[in-house]
Amino acid sequence: MKPAPLTCHSPTSLDEALRLLHDIGSEAKVIAGGQSLVPVLNMRLATPGHLVDITGLPGLDEIRVGAEAVEVGARVTHRQLERSPAAYAALPLLRQTLVNVAHPAIRNRGTTVGSIAHADPNGEMPMILALTGGTVTAVSVRGERTLAAADLFVGPLETVLEPDEILVCARFGRFPEGTRTGFTELARRSGDYALAGAALAVQVIAGQMQQARMGFVSVTEVPTVLDLTDLVAGRAADQSAAVAEAVVERVHAHIDPESDIHATAEYRRHLTGVLARRLLTDLTTGEPARTSEEALRGAS
Amino acid sequence: MTTDNETYDIEAGTELTEPVTLTVNGVDHRLDLPGRRLLSDALRHDLRLTGTHVGCEHGVCGACTVLLDGQPVRSCLIFTATVQGCEITTVEGIGDDPAHPSAVQQAFIDSHALQCGFCTPGFITTIEAFLTDHPHPTAEEARAAVSGNLCRCTGYQNIVTAVCRAAELKHEAGGAEECAGCPWDGEQS
Amino acid sequence: MTTRMFGQRISRREDPRLVTGHGRYLDDLGSSALEAAFVRSPHAHARILDIDVSAVLDVPGVVAVWTYEDLEGKLSEPLPMLLPHPSITAPVTGHVLAANEVNHVGEPIVMVIATNRYLAEDAASHIEIDYEFLDPVVGIETARQGSALVHDQAPGNVAAHLVQDVGDAPGRIASAPHVLELDLDIERSACMPMEGKGVLARWNREDSSLRVHSSTQTSTGVRAALAARLELPLGKVDVIAPDVGGGFGVKINHPWPEELALGAAAKILECEVKWTEDRREHFISSAHERQQLQRVRVGFDEEGRIYGLDVQFWHDNGAYLPYGVIVPLNTSTHILGPYNLPDYRVEYWSLYTNTVIVTPYRGAGRPQGVFLMERTMDAIADYLGRDRTEVRRMNFVREFPHPIGLIMQDGREGIYDSGDFDTSLDKLKALVGWDDFAACRERARAEGRRIGLGLGCYVEATGAGPYEGGHIEIETTGKVNVATGLTSQGQAHQTVFAQIVADELGVPIEMVEVTTGDTRRMGYSVGTWGSRGAVMSGNAVHLAAKKVKQKALTVAGRALEVDPADLEIVDGLVRVKGDPKAQMPLAMVSVLSNPLRYAFDEAAQAATQFGGRQDETKPPIAENDSPGLEDTDFYSPVRSTFASGMHAAIVETDPETADIRILRYCVVHDCGPMINPMVVEGQIHGGVAQGVGGALYEKMAYDSSGQLLNASFMDFLMPYASEVPQIETDHLETPSPLNPLGIKGAGEAGTIPVSAAIASAIEDAEGFPITRMPISPSELWELRRRHEAGEWPSLRHD
Repeated sequence: MKPAPLTCHSPTSLDEALRLLHDIGSEAKVIAGGQSLVPVLNMRLATPGHLVDITGLPGLDEIRVGAEAVEVGARVTHRQLERSPAAYAALPLLRQTLVNVAHPAIRNRGTTVGSIAHADPNGEMPMILALTGGTVTAVSVRGERTLAAADLFVGPLETVLEPDEILVCARFGRFPEGTRTGFTELARRSGDYALAGAALAVQVIAGQMQQARMGFVSVTEVPTVLDLTDLVAGRAADQSAAVAEAVVERVHAHIDPESDIHATAEYRRHLTGVLARRLLTDLTTGEPARTSEEALRGAS
Repeated sequence: MTTDNETYDIEAGTELTEPVTLTVNGVDHRLDLPGRRLLSDALRHDLRLTGTHVGCEHGVCGACTVLLDGQPVRSCLIFTATVQGCEITTVEGIGDDPAHPSAVQQAFIDSHALQCGFCTPGFITTIEAFLTDHPHPTAEEARAAVSGNLCRCTGYQNIVTAVCRAAELKHEAGGAEECAGCPWDGEQS
Repeated sequence: MTTRMFGQRISRREDPRLVTGHGRYLDDLGSSALEAAFVRSPHAHARILDIDVSAVLDVPGVVAVWTYEDLEGKLSEPLPMLLPHPSITAPVTGHVLAANEVNHVGEPIVMVIATNRYLAEDAASHIEIDYEFLDPVVGIETARQGSALVHDQAPGNVAAHLVQDVGDAPGRIASAPHVLELDLDIERSACMPMEGKGVLARWNREDSSLRVHSSTQTSTGVRAALAARLELPLGKVDVIAPDVGGGFGVKINHPWPEELALGAAAKILECEVKWTEDRREHFISSAHERQQLQRVRVGFDEEGRIYGLDVQFWHDNGAYLPYGVIVPLNTSTHILGPYNLPDYRVEYWSLYTNTVIVTPYRGAGRPQGVFLMERTMDAIADYLGRDRTEVRRMNFVREFPHPIGLIMQDGREGIYDSGDFDTSLDKLKALVGWDDFAACRERARAEGRRIGLGLGCYVEATGAGPYEGGHIEIETTGKVNVATGLTSQGQAHQTVFAQIVADELGVPIEMVEVTTGDTRRMGYSVGTWGSRGAVMSGNAVHLAAKKVKQKALTVAGRALEVDPADLEIVDGLVRVKGDPKAQMPLAMVSVLSNPLRYAFDEAAQAATQFGGRQDETKPPIAENDSPGLEDTDFYSPVRSTFASGMHAAIVETDPETADIRILRYCVVHDCGPMINPMVVEGQIHGGVAQGVGGALYEKMAYDSSGQLLNASFMDFLMPYASEVPQIETDHLETPSPLNPLGIKGAGEAGTIPVSAAIASAIEDAEGFPITRMPISPSELWELRRRHEAGEWPSLRHD
């Protein structure tokens, strides 16, 4: 299981990288951590003739916490983002979710921006980008453009990015004051893609729920956001049980799971509803999350 | 399909190569390698460091785990050309002498934490890095730490024991540095 | 006194090398060898119309490209039917390279040899093959239906059909107060060692000999097959198993096509050539196991005493039958477990399908048999509203030897030689807290949690013949070299055989070195399979050590001028009992054992013609004696010895997500006296982990066209540490009367009853029958839905 012949380019500036991508054309593929790409190359399911390695580019390795967003450079690994105290303080959902991404050895090399570019509906971080109302910046020799998550993802493993574009950063939007977040999933084994997973951001002010948004993994074609604000706004957080069934109903209507060898679509639908209800309960009643054990497990 | 004639040297009956420099177990190496040469193959077949094993070549089993600048990574998922100038530590770099194994290696012996031994180097590199961050793990943390590596022989129980045993040995040897309060500890939600 | 090594938890002598990266596995060898890659069938069932290899000329470094047409002589014949058996009605085996038809995805068609694996794979990807598609037969139902055939010569896709009938099961069932029928289903899994297969073949043109390293469980078997198929004298072929990264059964099948192909390539190209199986190849072109459909009819009385058991099962053997019917035969002969069932009828059909071949995987058919019997026991207990352990106890075998009237895989009748099932059950109940569990379960229910307790009991025929040998030589340095022919894949042979030899010879264990699986050191052997290593080679080296010891005492007695009967060996010194001053190191005994004309060093001078006093009336080598302090002996058992054990599992099933977690796992195990309890426990842990994989995670997901949908570690869910529970063990040591050391096999035991125990526990938690394993959360949830809809029965006594 060896990759097909390829030329590996290691540019030392962004301009050089962009020129290479432009000149080589569709035979070129950007590689950062390569944790999704290399398995595909090793199995020869993809055989690009050229790789443009962006791990040597200067200046793409920063995590910047701003008032509105946490900006993550293209070279930042999952692990770096997961361990960043500033990112955690600004947007706890990042670490809450990242500890569920594969295993630490993969997170040590895989990049968060790379996983967004990969656009796997089973992947956690594209969904988090969408849930946080995030954006990405793509550059090419033609210039730079910023895309909202909603405009970036067009299908499973499919984005609007052109072959000569590099995603240089992703911006995860910060939630307003009083927002509680959580991520939960059920995977067959630790580190596996989830059978289903859900993230929730719910704003609670003075004991009352305000805005609420939910995102999902493994049960939608592309990362989309389900707005639950109209169901919860103005209700007491400790009375969230009263709207739980309505939330589950909304979730069931929103998702579109498929059957595969690991689970049926019906099961995934049911499971997503259970996870959604548990998340809502956990975030609004202040009791420890049911999956905190898994979250801790993934963190070490 | 690939652009064969760009990467093959048909007359020489081989592939075109590029120079790659990297530091492995503290020794600098300059290798001439094809762009597609996986780090696992470069270590094993170009540098003859065969302690790093290849179990799946798609990043799931962990047998090929090495430390890249101190952090565990899958060497089968890395093109050698993309780790220019990096420091790599293999199982041989952790302990190369059967008569004087490292603390983690000795803990594996003490705990019967290996049977066929094929997956063992990947566990040892993983655990070495883990104990640097977590010098006093609980059994639960130890189990979580090795949950990204597959072993088909041991049922893992003795590997978990070995993690704790290794922590003890490191502590006894005075080599264990107290955890300086890792920022990611103790604040999970 | 030297401490007796037998029974000690000493650490493994193989480990220092392996933990420091100094292991030498197949792909660590042959750094300058050419490398092979194979073009494998992408289709499950097709006729090969044309193979176009012309495009490989565009790839540099290609040395050879072989198809079936390039195979000469016996190499072109079908692969051997290794284990002929009267029940096989249509024996079909594959070829080294597919002749004109492919019968499963992954079957090798073309071999490419190039200067390295990357280039070999490039060339392989350039080869074009035209196929005519044939109807694929996938799954037991389709195979049984027989409307499409895998092989024309196997009508109904039946490879083998066997009935074993003891007593009068149908008659006894008819007269029983109660009768139950069960339909059961088990899916495929696979051994999946961390190291795949691999072959390194080197031709020595100076003496026309072939040396092959193979990641195999039988080097002598591979050697014999290579010599036969390459038409070489046996003496010109040697096969060595280097460090092997796990086997679990898949590496006992032989010769694999690649072993013959690489051997032939080395010989014909006069080169050194290597093939290292990659993970995808291992999934689609090695072997799988376990899949069966089973039907049970059982008659019993009010107390749960079984009157008769009538079983039919259908076994999926995949595309070919190189390993015969060992797997279904083992199922049929292990169903009876620890129970006394004189009226038993079993009938099986072994069926061809267009899938990867089926050969033994740890347990080798026994897990399926135990699943069947233990599901039946639980069904009886539920039917009667009796405790599940009491129904089992009602049927235990209590007198030994206990003949079961069935012919086992070694061609001999199964006779339980020893065991103590009542004590095993007592220990298990105490370990898991059986009698208190009902209250725990009720408390959990009150909290909205579902927990369940289950158990599984088994016996296993271990240590089957025909034989293994041991060769021991004591060097003039005093070092003891032990060789046995069977191979090692992590079973601690270098340690446990050294323990046995050190005890017998009275030498420190550090002086003993053990070699396995090298035909240059021991040419007679069968191999490592069926929990036989310790029983067979353990007894063989024990017997060989006895002979060498006797020889040492004789030689030393002559030199010390004392009766050998008055001598003992302690710490490597031969000494007169009660007179520690009259002694001689074994090293010197070794020198003296070989009368010399030429002194090659100082020590050797003592053995030369003028080196010491001699009895001139006798020849230097006595009649019936031989020079050198070495000897060989073999152990060949009359029949297998039966190990046994019982497992209990406590599981929790999530009431909403149907996620299944094992809370506790307890094992009581009886393999007779343990040479090294640490090693036995390691075998149990690993076996249970594989059992857990088979019960909850692993299956081979074929689609109806015969494509394996999960041929990677991403989707074939081998458990990580996070999925395997802590295992609590207790032991019983009931010696076997059949061998000098009294030992029984331990290698497979851990795996055998796991699916049975976990199914039993899930059933207990859920309150409805579990009849199909493995089971996933999705499948359990589906069962709950059917149960709620009235489409799936409840247990009678929940």
